[in-house]
Amino acid sequence: MKGSRWMLVSVVGLAWLAGSAGVAVAWEPTKPVEFIIPAGTGGGADVMARLIAPLVEKHKLSPRPLVVINKPGGAGAEGFLYVKGKKGDAHTIIITLSNLFTTPLHTGVPFNWKDLTPLGRLALDEFILWVNTERPDKKEFKTAREYIAAVKEKPTTFKMGGTGTAQEDQIITIQLEQALGLKFIYVPFKGGGEVCVNLVGNHVDSTVNNPAECVGHWKAGKVRPLAVFDAARLMWGTGGGDIPTAKEAIGTDIQYLMLRGIFGPPDMPKEAVDFYQGMLKKVYDSPEFQKYLLDNALKPSWLTGAEYVKWLGETESVHKDLMQKGGLLK
Amino acid sequence: MGEFSNLLMGFQIAITPFNLFIALVGIFLGTIIGVLPGLGGANGVAILLPITFTMPPTSAIIFLSCIYWGALFGGAITSILFNIPGEPWSVATTFDGYPLAKRGMAAQALTAAFTASFVGAAFANVLITFFAPLLAEVALKFGPPEFFAIQLLTFSAFVGLGGGSPVKTLASIFIGFILAAVGLDIVTGKLRLTFGSVELMRGFSFIVAVIGLFGIGEIFLTVEEGLRFRGEKARIGFREMVTTWRELGGYWRTFIRSALIGFWMGFKPGGATPASFMSYSFAKRFSRTPEKFGKGTLEGVVAPETAAHAAGGAAMLPMITLGIPGSPTAAVMLGGLLIWGLQPGPMLFKEKPEFVWGLIASMYTGNVIGVLVVLLFVPLFAAILRIPFAVLTPLIVVICAIGAYAVSNALLDVWYMLIFGVIGYVFKKLDYPLAPLVLALVLGDMAETAIRQSLIMSRGNPAIFFWSPISAVITAAALLLFFLPALSLGWRRLKNVPAPAASHPDHTP
Amino acid sequence: MKHADILTALVLLAGALLVVWEGWRLGFGWGTDGPQSGFFPFALGLGLAVCSIVSLVQARALPSARRFVEPGKLVPVAKVALPAAGMVLLIHVAGLYVSSAIYMALYMRWIGRHRWSLVILLSVGIPLVTFLVFEKWFLVSMPKGPLETWLGY
Repeated sequence: MKGSRWMLVSVVGLAWLAGSAGVAVAWEPTKPVEFIIPAGTGGGADVMARLIAPLVEKHKLSPRPLVVINKPGGAGAEGFLYVKGKKGDAHTIIITLSNLFTTPLHTGVPFNWKDLTPLGRLALDEFILWVNTERPDKKEFKTAREYIAAVKEKPTTFKMGGTGTAQEDQIITIQLEQALGLKFIYVPFKGGGEVCVNLVGNHVDSTVNNPAECVGHWKAGKVRPLAVFDAARLMWGTGGGDIPTAKEAIGTDIQYLMLRGIFGPPDMPKEAVDFYQGMLKKVYDSPEFQKYLLDNALKPSWLTGAEYVKWLGETESVHKDLMQKGGLLK
Repeated sequence: MGEFSNLLMGFQIAITPFNLFIALVGIFLGTIIGVLPGLGGANGVAILLPITFTMPPTSAIIFLSCIYWGALFGGAITSILFNIPGEPWSVATTFDGYPLAKRGMAAQALTAAFTASFVGAAFANVLITFFAPLLAEVALKFGPPEFFAIQLLTFSAFVGLGGGSPVKTLASIFIGFILAAVGLDIVTGKLRLTFGSVELMRGFSFIVAVIGLFGIGEIFLTVEEGLRFRGEKARIGFREMVTTWRELGGYWRTFIRSALIGFWMGFKPGGATPASFMSYSFAKRFSRTPEKFGKGTLEGVVAPETAAHAAGGAAMLPMITLGIPGSPTAAVMLGGLLIWGLQPGPMLFKEKPEFVWGLIASMYTGNVIGVLVVLLFVPLFAAILRIPFAVLTPLIVVICAIGAYAVSNALLDVWYMLIFGVIGYVFKKLDYPLAPLVLALVLGDMAETAIRQSLIMSRGNPAIFFWSPISAVITAAALLLFFLPALSLGWRRLKNVPAPAASHPDHTP
Repeated sequence: MKHADILTALVLLAGALLVVWEGWRLGFGWGTDGPQSGFFPFALGLGLAVCSIVSLVQARALPSARRFVEPGKLVPVAKVALPAAGMVLLIHVAGLYVSSAIYMALYMRWIGRHRWSLVILLSVGIPLVTFLVFEKWFLVSMPKGPLETWLGY
């Protein structure tokens, strides 16, 4: 009796030992993880990072917390170069947006996405062509075709608002111009929210914006979405109806989606890569994150490993091509 | 008056014990964040955003907005005690607050600052409660040309004050604008004045420059007079507060004017700082005793603080009604809304009235709690000056270093801070005024962006600033103020009246 | 005073010329979309150059009697400036918390001649509280050195 009890204890003990050994094999952060945002506070990337950090803590996905740090200098170049300099580090990750491609291409800073270790793609952000519903000249543009016709009639009088220069908004504007033979006056602003408000205030005639940046004004009937730059219509219940694709609305297939992905420093150790990929997948699958994607009309698009790398390569050459056509390359 | 019943509903939400407790904690944390330079409202709110994740959205926004109010209150404390502006909008508070502290009147200055803050915020709250939709319409009228006109007006109102050598003042302005131009040019996306350095891409942070120029520079100047701080013999009882209030009553005009300026400027992103400068300038212009400005008058503390808080309150308006941030802090709060699953924008009033009115009501409760908390601590804050020099100095230097680092997590910024300290010391001794430099640095970026956006819109035609009535009026006023000193001189010459003896008001500590 | 004024004006002039050159490089024309990138730097640099030349001329006319700093008064300034610079230098190696502890301890003891007990209490206590506030509660990352790494931060 006595012996069997001992046996039991030792079996349980062994199992526990084995179990803990199993856990010990998998790498985990041993100190707080720096989570770099190559953009300012309050923007789309910032908000997503500040959503991810507490989710990691809430769902106990990492033994040490994520410490969010903004490095927005030089259109994100500061953040990218910072992470590039952390070769082999296992405690730094960075969230990226399209400036991963556009900033080095336009400014010539010595950086390329291949310098970083791709971890995972969390979402893709859509772009929509918006116009104001009440214009001072009383014209009304109910469809993209009407608007395009008006722009064509009077080149370089219609103002297109967008975020920054040589970044996604201007790239789409140039695509539109080249595909349809138009000429806008492109006015750069500092942030997406500012762009939409300038549209509502009729300081610009149209904008290309992420859905989240304009949805409030759409619901209030101040702005009208004319087309989404994607392959499929945007079904977005909250706004009241779906938005036609560029192909349907203007007859030209223009597509552009913005990356929301996570990277690590160059040569991040394999076991750390595995850990962060697992962590990010769990964040991605959490109901909170899925609700966030839905609310902001972000396309759920989890991608990792070799496919992610392949996708990045393709996306980079698309950017290079578009920026070359637009004369935005350095 | 549907607003009254809505506000009442809001109060029912904001006055629950939990939300009051949350407000108190927020105010307390916010004050600490405001005191620490560099860790401003935006950073503070961003840092504490994750904590709100588990709260109901209304409590969360109350918590964040109270951090914001606390930071607004806290910014004045270090400005007055050590000449270190904890926040950009408390720079103008140093002009008279610090001289007052040096004269042993820190308690009075702090009382005036907190009271003014409260009045400014209360004014903004009332306007937001009853006129939010109307005011939002006005805010929408402001495009790039109007923005630029406002910045021009701020600048000419302040620089037109005169004092000091004109050449050196101009040099200071140019330096400020040049520093502001370093980094990425938003309009063309080109890097400017970075000379290939990654560290320079970030540009020069206003906060780092101000901590150095004002804070560290002032320490150097102080120790030159001996290794001690002045003002340690200050009377810091509650009786001083009562006598201060009595005196403040006489400045009701300044209160009203500053609150109006602050609210009006606060609509727009980055409005609080220009508002505080502009309000200070106008207070001096309209004062019966302008010669006292810069040497320590309570009026010079009241003006910027009232305006900054009114602007701080007004910054919430575009956030609530339009879904655009009126300040960097509001930008982070908007991010919070998205995280909590709320959609900022014009529909928020209709879809989530309990959230919006809870927030508005909490702006009242938060400010009442805030002013009570900080006033209670006035004797304690003022007593900080009694700490021995050899303890306080390294502590200030360490806090400044933390602040400079925290702005953008860069150690080089701490070096910049020290260099700016030396520059501040040298410039002060050589009569290069620092305030125009700082104002140029803070406005430079915004002003250049606005002017270039306007010119893109007009295809290079500068007449755009006179196309809309709003910008035409403001631009004209700005130009008038700018040339006023020259005009009045010419007028006097014409009438053959000798110019009044120059008072050389030292508005640039 | 005179020499300091001249020196400052010369430094400003040098800086201004650098800025003018950069503006030149970027292009300072006025295109159809308004001024180019270099327009404002170029104009500002030019303005600063003019100002520094004028103050150079003015400074030369100054009487050289007044001194910038009395020799004896430079010592207390240096006593503040140099240890502060030393601390910032140390941060690169030892991190913020350790450096500030050492800096505060030395300063309080050396300049203030405070009691060792007070010195140690404050110079250990303050960085410790700062550490807890920033790294633990606010999750703000400050520069760290070997000690923090050893502690797992």
